[in-house]
Amino acid sequence: MIERSPIFNIVTYAAMTLGLLVVLVPFWIVVVAGSQSLQEVSRVPIVLWPSSHLWENIQAAWLRADLGPKMINSFIVAIGVTAGKIILASISAFAIVFFDFKARMVCFWLIFITLMLPLEVRIVPTYAIAANALLPFQFVLDTLGITGLVQAVTSVRIGLEWNLLNSYTGLILPLVATATGTFLYRQFFMTIPDELIEASKMDGASPVRFFFDVLLPLSRTNMLALATIMFVSSWNQYLWPLLITTDRANYGTVVMQLKALIPTQNGTPDWNVTMAGALIIMLPPLLVVALMQRWFVRGLITRDK
Amino acid sequence: MAAISFSGVKKRYQKNDVIHGVDVEIEAGEFVVILGPSGCGKSTLLRMIAGLEEISEGTIAIDGTVVNALEPRERGCAMVFQNYALYPHMSVRQNIGYALKVAGMPKGEREAKVLKVAKSVSLDPYLDRKPGELSGGQRQRVAMARAMVREPKVFLFDEPFSNLDAKLRVAMRAEVRNLHRSLGVTSVFVTHDQTEAMTLADRLIVMNSGFVEQVGKPSEVYHHPASLFVADFIGSPAMNLVRGFFGEDGYFRHGKGGMIGLPGLAKAHLSREVSIGFRPELVRRVDAGHKGAIAAVVDYTEELGASRLVYARADGSPIIAVDGGNDPLATGMPVHFALSESDIHVFDHSNGRRVDHDGRPVRATTSVSA
Repeated sequence: MIERSPIFNIVTYAAMTLGLLVVLVPFWIVVVAGSQSLQEVSRVPIVLWPSSHLWENIQAAWLRADLGPKMINSFIVAIGVTAGKIILASISAFAIVFFDFKARMVCFWLIFITLMLPLEVRIVPTYAIAANALLPFQFVLDTLGITGLVQAVTSVRIGLEWNLLNSYTGLILPLVATATGTFLYRQFFMTIPDELIEASKMDGASPVRFFFDVLLPLSRTNMLALATIMFVSSWNQYLWPLLITTDRANYGTVVMQLKALIPTQNGTPDWNVTMAGALIIMLPPLLVVALMQRWFVRGLITRDK
Repeated sequence: MAAISFSGVKKRYQKNDVIHGVDVEIEAGEFVVILGPSGCGKSTLLRMIAGLEEISEGTIAIDGTVVNALEPRERGCAMVFQNYALYPHMSVRQNIGYALKVAGMPKGEREAKVLKVAKSVSLDPYLDRKPGELSGGQRQRVAMARAMVREPKVFLFDEPFSNLDAKLRVAMRAEVRNLHRSLGVTSVFVTHDQTEAMTLADRLIVMNSGFVEQVGKPSEVYHHPASLFVADFIGSPAMNLVRGFFGEDGYFRHGKGGMIGLPGLAKAHLSREVSIGFRPELVRRVDAGHKGAIAAVVDYTEELGASRLVYARADGSPIIAVDGGNDPLATGMPVHFALSESDIHVFDHSNGRRVDHDGRPVRATTSVSA
């Protein structure tokens, strides 16, 4: 719809400004509160103008929540999840789009259905698997009677165990499977003309070669868009890290530490430190989005030639 | 150089046969054009040589080796695609050299080869550009260079010029012709454009709905079409085809009581329904008093400059004639045409095949003629 009249323009701009305000006000409050002293932040009504204590508050928050090592943990997890998702999504989409096997549509729909099963829904079984990643294999061995057989013959009982609790693997692996990513890649791969595949066949390239030499370079913008979304979402993970890490000192992530920054019921109500902490914690995803936004938009909307 | 031979080649999708048994021999160094309307199976046949389509039945042999089970890369064919199929993210240099890179050729040797081939199609100033920055003709050249650099045994062209404008098409035609002359590589070229086919081919394979209608030199196909389909398909304007039958009195009867005196032909073709065909350029306009003249009425004319096409109707049967005259011819005016018996082709209507004037039917595939 293209319409140009002064009144219509004013209305549009007003709507946009309102939307922007709604989005920005919480940020503003975080910045303002994070820069005030304890007295200033406790004043009623609150003053919505920044003060000069931002640096002190940041330092206080950094020390109190032990953000240094936690930042490193968060980066390891977020980057690990992002990389894992991209690798898995591109490979599974490659299989679904370019190989003509019988179960191809079944596989695609199975992957697609998992969109309806976010982590929160399957949290209990996922936790059970994380507690012992070899549990399914144990189950198979038990039901097939192999365990009993081996025990009878050698009197050794097979007990498979691989504990993922309190480990980076445990933090990363259960989050790696991604229907969204696979779907995004599938849509992109389906726009690749057949002739390109045939040309690479004539040039003697194997499917793997075609994947690395042609598909991956062509899907670069896609990959960056996906990386942006996935980085932000895995940085913001709260429930799963909380569940799987009991050893918070070594494996805690920054988002978990937000909890540690919230004043306790009878403690000092130093919300200024909490807000300064929140500011630090949301900075990395903010930077990633700011740096990647050009690619992000391009990857989702247009196909660059 | 390599010879290609098809024997009993069929293509079947699920239960539908798309190609019904092709038996053709292509000689080493020959330039063969497969011509036919869209959907006749010509591209499928080409892709079966390339290895991009499975062969459902029969065998294809390149240089005596049956290639049915070989991967495309093992067949020694290079292909030029209709939409160029260049890798959009690679430069011209990388596009041309990709096959060599995959084959593991060392970089120095590869670069030298790419440069040499690029020079031969005058692409050397554009080596570092991406395909998106090239014109249609240049992209086409890259596609050809990419095929040439591998020094294949066989070149395959799948309607390579259909995206080019008319002028460029003529230029590229000449280039392909020169390329074939200088390299002498066996080439198979698929097109639906008969001008392209006639000018390029050493030999033509005319296909229609999965059958080979005729194999022969362009002039053979033009002057001795083996079937009604070929007669109708080759030539512009199309050959005149008049349906009817010969009587014992030497007259050919057609349309609404039309009679054409063809005493020399009648005897061989009695007792079957036939179509007679004759080229518009071999129809002569004559005076009303000419012996055996066919009387017709003008429908309309098309001015071509050097000559004009007269669309007329003789007793209900449409006839097109190329006429060099410039007297006014309006709709409804009477005209008279004459034909030589030697210019007339006769086709059996029961099977669409040509029948020679001695009454013998003609086979689709003429014996190998080089």
